[in-house]
Amino acid sequence: MEQVSSTSERRANVSTSNERSRWREAYATSPAAGSHATTLSGIDLDPVYGPPDAEYPGLFPYTRGIHPAMYRSRLWTMRMFAGFGTAPETNARFREIIAAGGTGISTAYDMPTLLGLDSDDERALGEVGRCGVAIDTLDDVSDLYDGIDLASITTSMTINAPAAAIFAMFVANAEDHGVARAQLGGTLQNDILKEYQAQHEYTFPPRPSLRLVRDTMVFAAREMPRWNPISISGYHIREAGSTAAQELAFTLANGFAYVELALRAGLDIDEVAPRLSFFFNAHIDFFEEIAKYRAARRLYAHWMREVFQARQERSWQLRFHAQTAGVSLTAQQPDNNHARTALEALAAVLGGAQSLHTNSFDEAWTLPSAPAARAALRTQQIIAYETNVTQVADPLGGSWFVEALTDRIADEATQLLEEVRDMGAGSMLEGCLAGIDHGWFEGHIADSAYAHERAVQRGERLIVGVNAFTDDESSPPPPIQTNASGEARQRERLDRVRSERDAAGVARSLAELAAQARDPERNLMPALMDAARARATLGEVTQTLVEVFGRYQAAPR
Amino acid sequence: MTLRVLVAKVGLDGHDRGVNVIARLLRDAGMEVIYTGLFQSPESVARTAVDEDVDLVGLSILSGAHLTLAPLVVDALRALECHVPVVVGGIIPDGDVDALRRAGIAATFGPGSSVDDIVATFEKLHRAATGDDG
Repeated sequence: MEQVSSTSERRANVSTSNERSRWREAYATSPAAGSHATTLSGIDLDPVYGPPDAEYPGLFPYTRGIHPAMYRSRLWTMRMFAGFGTAPETNARFREIIAAGGTGISTAYDMPTLLGLDSDDERALGEVGRCGVAIDTLDDVSDLYDGIDLASITTSMTINAPAAAIFAMFVANAEDHGVARAQLGGTLQNDILKEYQAQHEYTFPPRPSLRLVRDTMVFAAREMPRWNPISISGYHIREAGSTAAQELAFTLANGFAYVELALRAGLDIDEVAPRLSFFFNAHIDFFEEIAKYRAARRLYAHWMREVFQARQERSWQLRFHAQTAGVSLTAQQPDNNHARTALEALAAVLGGAQSLHTNSFDEAWTLPSAPAARAALRTQQIIAYETNVTQVADPLGGSWFVEALTDRIADEATQLLEEVRDMGAGSMLEGCLAGIDHGWFEGHIADSAYAHERAVQRGERLIVGVNAFTDDESSPPPPIQTNASGEARQRERLDRVRSERDAAGVARSLAELAAQARDPERNLMPALMDAARARATLGEVTQTLVEVFGRYQAAPR
Repeated sequence: MTLRVLVAKVGLDGHDRGVNVIARLLRDAGMEVIYTGLFQSPESVARTAVDEDVDLVGLSILSGAHLTLAPLVVDALRALECHVPVVVGGIIPDGDVDALRRAGIAATFGPGSSVDDIVATFEKLHRAATGDDG
């Protein structure tokens, strides 16, 4: 220890402009300056280790992290994702999470809401409140956040096709409860490109969908300084079966497409970039995941500075949320899932995540029960407060293996990024759209998923409890009972709102929305907020927009 | 003989990793596989099964709506006088298996099912349905 740091000191004296001395300056102004940490046995720990000419955290290209002392300055946000049944039921879960020490909330919506359908739509039969919370009107949003201080906690919304309409309901509700839009902090997923590529919860065709994304980005840039209008999500791409490098490449490609979109709308790169955040999977291959996050930061920093000419440091820094891999969990021998989630969460932390959701062990077969969700949060707290891994930034930096893997994933992702750009004749936005049209993304993902499953079927890849060590016959407990009457109660609630609202006002607000939707220059956020306040339903708003924009039909393959 | 199988997604569930992978693995095993694509109604699945003259229908449902949707597909098929076996793959809790059987679902397959088992079951169901003892 002593030896190493005195050697570094000597080198630092030779060249004062080396990376280590630049890091030292950045560290001195960070919230962690002057902090002191030791191991469990009392050995002093530096905030970071490395030779003078290495890369350092907090410095371009941020391979080792975006802050000079990472978690010594600030822990990641323990953001637990929840949503089921009706808004009051999910509200109760949110309150439990906050009471248990969760530092952010994240909303899961049911399938009808994700597709912009009302709970009384015949296509919604059997799906209402099942995979998330059902939202039909502003009144449901009001119930969802009842008693939660929206000015102090940050909220995240996992919604895409109808993101603008749900966002409008959220902002209108907060304002109706006395919280100004400028005070609201949080993240809208709003990443429609990956819906066509992987997740398949789309409604409108790509180009009008991107117009809605543009409108939310511009609205947030102008009026909501604490809001991230888009969370570019590789998570679903990976869950659909991609490799780590594909997850990284496709996600960055989509991110750069949204940057182009915002620039076309007249926003400045340094106005847009600081509000972009990413969402990656934390899968079971420990070192590959860590290398993926490191490669992500490095590639993004270079692209933002060199391709998009961003000038502010914050614009070069890739911030990301991670979620442990749902697909890695098994219904067989479910207790094993605790170990999987803990290892995946540790990879996300060693990879420098800004926020994290840990899956519950029961998510292989059901929505998480409250005790399981609490244990998942406790897993993060054990990593944060017991393991001491938070004291040293990028502890694996300099490992020959991890550095080589980081380079390799960055190279593979760069090749794929260049393919996308070529498909768009130089434009990432057009490249993503062309790739969607041609099934290029889906083809890559399906090939990887198939290769993985074939390896599992042949026993070349082992999954404990599935194709190895299957002797233990423990089976999952019964699934969480989403209240069977939930669907009926949600429909009754919707009936009541429909009967009590001013029908003429709804019709006026929808007619105005349609008129503005026909003018591609208009920002639809104000009209969407007016419709929300008039108690137009999500389904009515979506149908109004479908009549202008059309409905997306995936090409048969 | 070569089995002709229709694999189908009904309802709003967009998760298609499983259905795509299983379609390819069944083809590898020598079956002819037709895939409906996403977001089908029970009626459209039944119509495709009849038009394509398939030997078996496999539904992939990961949203939890299997108790609502799978029986509707069976009913739609029977309404068209189509009596081929219908199976469901996805996240099916043990407690739901009996209800699905009663609704006419011939077999269910959970996560981690082996393709060899799926193929053997399809062949057995087909033999039973056609009265062909092989």
